Amino acid sequence: MKTCLAALLTAVTLILSVQTAAAQDGPLRIEITEGVIEPMPYAVPAFVAEDSAAQAYAEELSRVVAADLTGTGLFREIPREAHISSISSFAAPVAFADWKAINAQALITGAVSAEGGRVVIKFRVWDVFAGQELGQGMQFASTPDGARRLAHKVADQVYARLTGEQPYFDSRVVFVSETGPKNERVKRLAIMDYDGANVQYLTSGNALVLAPRFSPDGGRVLYTSYETGAPQIHVLNVGDVQSRVMQPSEGMMSFAPRFSPDATTVIYSLTNGSNTDIWAMDIASTATRQLTSAPSIETAPSYAPDGSQIVFESDRSGTQQLYVMPAGGGEATRISFGEGRYGTPVWSPRGDLIAFTKQNAGRFHIGVMRTDGSEERLLTASFLDEGPTWAPNGRVLMFSRETQGAQGATTLYSVDISGRNLKRVRTPAGASDPSWGPLQ
Amino acid sequence: MTHFSKALLLVAAFGLAACASPSRFDSIDDGANTAARDSNAIIPGSVNDPTSTAYFNQTIGDRVFFVVDQSTLTPQARGTLDAQAQWLMTNSDYLAVIEGHADEQGTREYNIALGARRANAVMEYLISKGVAPNRMKFISYGKERPVEVCSEEACYSKNRRAVTIISSTLTG
Repeated sequence: MKTCLAALLTAVTLILSVQTAAAQDGPLRIEITEGVIEPMPYAVPAFVAEDSAAQAYAEELSRVVAADLTGTGLFREIPREAHISSISSFAAPVAFADWKAINAQALITGAVSAEGGRVVIKFRVWDVFAGQELGQGMQFASTPDGARRLAHKVADQVYARLTGEQPYFDSRVVFVSETGPKNERVKRLAIMDYDGANVQYLTSGNALVLAPRFSPDGGRVLYTSYETGAPQIHVLNVGDVQSRVMQPSEGMMSFAPRFSPDATTVIYSLTNGSNTDIWAMDIASTATRQLTSAPSIETAPSYAPDGSQIVFESDRSGTQQLYVMPAGGGEATRISFGEGRYGTPVWSPRGDLIAFTKQNAGRFHIGVMRTDGSEERLLTASFLDEGPTWAPNGRVLMFSRETQGAQGATTLYSVDISGRNLKRVRTPAGASDPSWGPLQ
Repeated sequence: MTHFSKALLLVAAFGLAACASPSRFDSIDDGANTAARDSNAIIPGSVNDPTSTAYFNQTIGDRVFFVVDQSTLTPQARGTLDAQAQWLMTNSDYLAVIEGHADEQGTREYNIALGARRANAVMEYLISKGVAPNRMKFISYGKERPVEVCSEEACYSKNRRAVTIISSTLTG
């Protein structure tokens, strides 16, 4: 379904050429690196339905755009009730005075058509106070089952124009869906849109599955399954939901797999006796290579986005700490030195930060640090936070939070790298071990 | 009584039908067992039968417990494992899978590795006491299979465990 949809999604079509920007004080822009305190007010009037079939989509898609933008914590939607103007024609001039009066700094107008089994969405972004269009109008199209993604694509464009950052709304998350009590958990792999919509299950729940990880293009998922009795690395094709075991070493436990950025190699942990080390397997030849050889536990490896280095956790010092080594193995440098234990490091797609789980004084935290271990910042605190994954733009983290006690349940949360905008990601059942895929 | 003659007795007491049952050790309320009681014999497969899984699990103890983030065997654990080793040496038709577990206070991957350390510590100890390595294997479940669900040390101390699961090669 998704591949079919991808093929149908038309590339950007310019629907309007704007006059060359008259000298401006500078484009409307929200700087998210400077720690935004006051979200930018914006308005999204209902999108115009250009034919009768489009009425089923226009309002819903405008709400998805608003949910994406407001959900970042960077933007504040001015409610419809406060609007003075409405937009009844996509082509009509914008009554800027009406939007200025309610202090909308940005205005998003859109229109949807849906005739002939093809949903087309077009939009414009306006800098209300400058009285100008911001960027150019664009349109996207898909089959009806992909209509919701069109709204994410619009929101991505708006986000990129207003922040100057890469967006992340049209992306998916693979995770572990959890049902049943704590001592009889049933775990299934599942995939969903980044906002929790369109959940699809990828495994049956017969075998315990853990920690899925997307390939760089989002087409495959590595995960650990107990299907054969012992934990083994599996790889699953998202398109046809077919999976196979990747048995790097007969009879030994393998787990914690991740793809290399060029998708040619899998790094993972292999347990031999009491010792767990990090190995790499070339996917094409299945040749394996041992990257660490300490008697301690080495696990949770993650590549730098340029593929040159690997961050991992080890208890070689006596407690779990983070280390960085060359991608081919060799001498590792410890980078975590704060109090407590550090695990599950993940290198940011921007290359600048490493996210981790920290355990200290009976509490768990999600945090980030520079790749040399400096400037550690803890973003969350709870009974059990674990397993961060990066949004494709490296600005937001998603992770699992488990509540305390006999009724303890796991849910997904996201948080900005500033520590702001902590919020729950809605899923139909319990959920853990998220892996955020690429922008589609 | 030799091990072999015990096994013969076991087979005789259960009869052919019971032998075909995949859970013969649980089915102690059939006619064969009544006959066994009448003759004042130990009910085969019951906790009183020293060759039974039930005896191993309950009388000897199928599990040992660990200190937080440790895989060192406590004196109490060694006592249990000494008895497990002796039993396995006596009942040589049984295979053992040792499952290692951790409590929920830890990250998922680390706990899998920690559970492996614990299970391996048990296996190495049993080998040192003479149990043949080829009769045993281990796996780790990390923190995925707690037996107790509260988030307190009372439960954690029961979850930080290695369990010796035995199965008979005769069961087929």
